[in-house]
Amino acid sequence: MEYFNIFIKSIFIDNMIFAFFLGMCSYLAVSKTVKTSLGLGVAVTFVLTITVPVNYLLNKYVLEPGALSWISDSLKGVDLSFLSLIMFIAVIAAITQIVEMVVEKFSPALYNSLGIFLPLIAVNCAVMGGSLFMQQRAYDNIGEVTCFALGSGIGWLLAIVGIAAIREKLRYSHIPPALKGVGITFIITGLMGLAFMSFMGIKL
Amino acid sequence: MSKNKKLFTTPLLKNNPITVQVLGICSCLAVTAQLKPAVVMALSVTVVVALSNFIISLMRNTIPPRIRIIVQLVVVSALVILVNQVLMAYVYDVSKQLSVYVGLIITNCIVMGRLEAFAMSHKPWESFLDGVGNGLGYGIILVILGFFRELFGSGTIWGYPVMEKLGMYKIGYENNGLVIMAPMALILVGVIIWIQRSKDKELCEK
Repeated sequence: MEYFNIFIKSIFIDNMIFAFFLGMCSYLAVSKTVKTSLGLGVAVTFVLTITVPVNYLLNKYVLEPGALSWISDSLKGVDLSFLSLIMFIAVIAAITQIVEMVVEKFSPALYNSLGIFLPLIAVNCAVMGGSLFMQQRAYDNIGEVTCFALGSGIGWLLAIVGIAAIREKLRYSHIPPALKGVGITFIITGLMGLAFMSFMGIKL
Repeated sequence: MSKNKKLFTTPLLKNNPITVQVLGICSCLAVTAQLKPAVVMALSVTVVVALSNFIISLMRNTIPPRIRIIVQLVVVSALVILVNQVLMAYVYDVSKQLSVYVGLIITNCIVMGRLEAFAMSHKPWESFLDGVGNGLGYGIILVILGFFRELFGSGTIWGYPVMEKLGMYKIGYENNGLVIMAPMALILVGVIIWIQRSKDKELCEK
């Protein structure tokens, strides 16, 4: 039950976009049509679900204070946590590269639809943010971390597909010229965020 | 000289990283509930953008193009670790408030965007100025947002209780809690973009 709670919580209550504004750049740039935003959303979910558990293991067995004690007792006092930023980003960049190559080899159809988005994900703040939140919130085991990562990814997917659907309709409406494009997208994201805030009172 | 001056001033308004290039939105919204973290964040980003632009520009002819992203990431994350340690040493409370967003400067699109668009093809000194200009342009928006959100959300400016001193609470004024919440930050940025674009018609989108 604990897993399910974390999953639902990270989709709705701790939504990456509406509660923490992570991954806004690609969210604003790619949300012009539903089809491409669905592709990007799936890619982000995929990469999050792989990188966050890997970074969790890295954090637990290498970076945390005293994490190296499984090698020998003399390393108990070592604290490498100041390296966590550079290690996380290296892991994310490497995994995106590997995922890209694997997908290209085994599923050319998926590769063609995700193609250009995969390399972009290395610098998507939602992915990096997922790892940093994982470190901050101190989850108990890898199952919880995986649920958190999957939920955050799906939350991000929901948000970007939602805004893309709205933007497709907006093309036919009369918006003041100065608000067209980015301006109105910001305001609508704000309104969607207000709607998502209604989940906040729910205790899981 | 005038060319260098232009490099420095265009990102402040005409080509502002947030409202015109639409880069680096995440941190701009998340840290602006109060003025102090907003200013600290703006300074940190300025330092990182300027120095990473300078360093990458020095190395631009030796970096193999295929692995340039990872080289850039390594340089940027080394700088961010430095900034993070300095913040933790001197302004610990603000550093706690900024939480993950200091680490997220690494993936801040302003940094990567300026490296790709400018530093890879310009001389070190020009890149440095471009970095400082973009950092300050980002800072301006952060300060505006932080000022209004703190004033209307908590009734203070830099922790100083302005509304209380003015005696506003006695005549029935209430703080607007909504302004501190996440969604209002988005709407405020939308309004800033609206104001800027109605002043400057060239920036409007078709």
